[in-house]
Amino acid sequence: MSNPQIEIQLIAVVVAVACAIPGVFLVLRKMSLISDAISHSILPGLVLGFFITQDLNSPLLIILAAFTGIITVVLVEWIQKTGLVKEDTAIGLVFPALFSVGVILIAKNANDVHLDVDAVLLGELAFAPFDRLMVSGMDVGPKSLWMMGLILVITVTLLLLFFKELKISTFDVGLSSALGFSPAILHYGLMSISSVTVVGAFEAVGAILVVALMIAPAATSYLLTSNLKKMLVLSVLFGVFSAITGYWVAHWLDASIAGSISTMLGLVFLIVYLFAPSKGLIAVVYRQKQQQIEVSLLTFLLHLNNHTEENERHLNHLREHINWQKIKAKSVVDLAVRNNLIVINNQVVSLTEKGNDFTSIALDYIITNKDEKIEHLKDDFFLFRG
Amino acid sequence: MSEKIAIQVDDLTVAYNYKPVLWDIDLVVPEAVLMAIVGPNGAGKSTLIKSILGIIDPIAGSVSIYGKPYKKQRQLVAYVPQKGSVDWDFPTTALDVVMMGTYGTLGWIKRPGKKEKKASLEALEKVGMLSFKNRQISQLSGGQQQRVFLARALVQNASIYFMDEPFQGVDATTEIAIINILKELRKAGKTVVVVHHDLQTVPEYFDWVTFLNVKKIATGPVKDIFNDDNLTKTYGINYKVAVNK
Amino acid sequence: MSITEYFNMLFTDYTLGTITLGTAVLGAICGMLGSFAVLRKQSLLGDAISHAALPGIAVAFLITGAKDSNILLLGALVSGLIGTFWIHGMTKKTHLKSDTALGLVLSLFFGFGMLLLTFIQKQPNANQAGLDKYLFGQAATLVQSDVILMIVVTALALIVMLLFWKEFKILLFDADYTKTLGFNTKFIDITITFFIVLAIVLGLQTVGVVLMSAMLLAPAAAARQWTNRLSVMVFLAAIFGAFSGVFGTAISASQNNLSTGPVIVLVASVFVLFSFVFSPSRGILFRQLRFRRNRRDLKLKKTLQFMFGIAETHENISHPHAIKILNNFQGFAKTSLRALEEKEWITLDKQSWALTKKGFEEAQTMFDKKDDNE
Repeated sequence: MSNPQIEIQLIAVVVAVACAIPGVFLVLRKMSLISDAISHSILPGLVLGFFITQDLNSPLLIILAAFTGIITVVLVEWIQKTGLVKEDTAIGLVFPALFSVGVILIAKNANDVHLDVDAVLLGELAFAPFDRLMVSGMDVGPKSLWMMGLILVITVTLLLLFFKELKISTFDVGLSSALGFSPAILHYGLMSISSVTVVGAFEAVGAILVVALMIAPAATSYLLTSNLKKMLVLSVLFGVFSAITGYWVAHWLDASIAGSISTMLGLVFLIVYLFAPSKGLIAVVYRQKQQQIEVSLLTFLLHLNNHTEENERHLNHLREHINWQKIKAKSVVDLAVRNNLIVINNQVVSLTEKGNDFTSIALDYIITNKDEKIEHLKDDFFLFRG
Repeated sequence: MSEKIAIQVDDLTVAYNYKPVLWDIDLVVPEAVLMAIVGPNGAGKSTLIKSILGIIDPIAGSVSIYGKPYKKQRQLVAYVPQKGSVDWDFPTTALDVVMMGTYGTLGWIKRPGKKEKKASLEALEKVGMLSFKNRQISQLSGGQQQRVFLARALVQNASIYFMDEPFQGVDATTEIAIINILKELRKAGKTVVVVHHDLQTVPEYFDWVTFLNVKKIATGPVKDIFNDDNLTKTYGINYKVAVNK
Repeated sequence: MSITEYFNMLFTDYTLGTITLGTAVLGAICGMLGSFAVLRKQSLLGDAISHAALPGIAVAFLITGAKDSNILLLGALVSGLIGTFWIHGMTKKTHLKSDTALGLVLSLFFGFGMLLLTFIQKQPNANQAGLDKYLFGQAATLVQSDVILMIVVTALALIVMLLFWKEFKILLFDADYTKTLGFNTKFIDITITFFIVLAIVLGLQTVGVVLMSAMLLAPAAAARQWTNRLSVMVFLAAIFGAFSGVFGTAISASQNNLSTGPVIVLVASVFVLFSFVFSPSRGILFRQLRFRRNRRDLKLKKTLQFMFGIAETHENISHPHAIKILNNFQGFAKTSLRALEEKEWITLDKQSWALTKKGFEEAQTMFDKKDDNE
């Protein structure tokens, strides 16, 4: 591995981590799309900032551009408040307009701006190592690595300092204001950090892929845990993993690094989405199917418990009233017979003693509606299935 | 009250995952009654109506309207949803909303014509909203919006009316106006089922009541079953608090 | 070429005419179907779909190697639809919220598309050059067959919309109720979504994947401000969309090196801004003016009430009182006295004022009026 290669991977990793942290809070606060809005609308700020500073890695430029991001948030909130359009439309109107201004500014000043439209979409990670930071004549590394590193340090410091406040205000806005943390300050604080991070990452990965770096790791880890700390750690890991593997895939295909990092993020998400133990698609579909059978069985038993009259317990009647298709009705009845919950005499179904006991426990749960009562039931169900 | 059965619900069960919402509900509602469904929050009152109307798919159970499955009898049923369920900023007028009540009989593709417009105007007049017919719906007050909803149901010219909390966020005048129309409907032999919150007004407004709390507690004439015993069974021992609220 | 030249050449130059017709038709269909997207609170779905279309274009190119835009658009349609259904599935089957699902599909599909696109660009294939236009759009690359396709799809969408107008409308307003009337809401829903995806795909060549969503939203959001009728809104949105398309293309064609997408979006945004400010019934300007006037009226009436309280104690209501005694009343100012005089509610004399009969009656009936408004 050559030196620039290591440096590129280092930058990619730092960007991924710096994006993953605010991303977790955006996903939990249902504000994922704000990252999309910010990442697009900082473009005019970035271009104008560049006219002033003539340096893409100047801190002033980053602050100017990040300020555009915050203006976007305020503008969106203001339009929402007028009630002229619905909330999502407000976001959808603001950022394309600002982004268009940015693209046109770049196109009209193509000779003065060292940004081209491709770089806006993809970043220029491959070129990042060429822009060196010189301290008193000594080369100390790529500028963007220092810049992103600084942003990461600030983000982590703020995260450690305000972890408790962020946690409370994310999960319970009412409680947090009752405890005296202003939700508005935390909100705009988070928005500011997100804006700064987006601007910093913009050069490396471009406007749209920074959204992937923010949302995808958080969404992936959210499918695996609901614990905030674990979520943060997992998101960082997913980000780092995708950054490094993404780099090598790009190297192998000779294609965009940023595109390949987000493709890796997508693959990781897809795998977790399908196979996550309890919240993944397969687990959910399987569980729903089981639940349906179990709840159907319960319904069936309760019905028998409810009605002592023979005609209500006749197999034909059941089919008609419970309104199940033949196959479903048969499988539920079979399940109940197999577990000795019912006996069938002359097409008339009755509960066994075991069935009676079970039903009364179930009834207890339904009437009290307390979750702890269902736990036994779930175990029992499990036995039936086996 | 005649002896004909308007609505018959058998073994209706609805659950989200393991959370039971409605369990094994059997319900028979005779023709030409004005029935309240009462129960605490989360008792499944709205769910009961919605699953009867096929908006929610039940796990088990069947519904028949005048002796035939609901799907074949849709034309006989009108529905007034909760006011919060629609987008009141939608670009449409009061008259337009009422005309929607005619869409069911028109079926696919056919457009409402003169006849439908006339019926809609009559319905608006009945609820006292004729002068607001061209008003954008967001510019109506809560009570006026509810009247428009009622007019939309009236234009369906159904035999059975389901209403989900029609008195929520409504001024006193509208409440009285609505209940008078409902009483008129009953007199004309229609059956009206209302999800209702205010226990105090039950004896005054309704002649039939169903107590619901996940399971059906009781159903029958108000004068026979609207008593402490059933209220306690439905709301727990503190039901008096609920009544006074 | 300047903009005026552009329009002068419009009727003589065949290519220019084709392009302009294409963008006008595109703007119209986007405005029309965008109205439905906006009213369904699916504004941002368009953004996700258009980005999700990119890998489809790239894959279609990789498979066929053809530059034929119809095949590429077919790829875009397929991958846009996959994105749409995945968003739907994600929100339904997992606890991820719709904003996260939208953001994921948008950025991940786009990232994958960019990976493929940069991969294609490195291939020694003579045909590859044309794919860039799908990022920000290049109306100049529209050819006759593209425009014919646009017209056919627009006509189809128009026919379907007119046929199912009543069904579309009622579903957008009140989905549950629609179900109770016996309509198959799933069918209506899928039809609307399908046409929205189709409109997006159609616009990719002209506006590009990055900004296509604005083409859908902006005309509709602008149109909404001018009317309270769905039909008028859809019609206006189509007009606004068509104008944005034509003007945007004209401006970008008259400049060097300028993609059409951003220009069209900016033109459409001007429509939105203008509508937000100047719409008579909903616009900010008139709303602010009404608000000011109401506040001023209220202030005047308060002053009048106060005067009424003083005048009442006197037998003759028009008895003059010193202006000085008003001093400890808040909200009193010289200008408000003059305004009251203009309304002939009081008469002023250097140091004193007196209620007129009209002013007295006005103050007296004020309370009754308030009750009416409740």
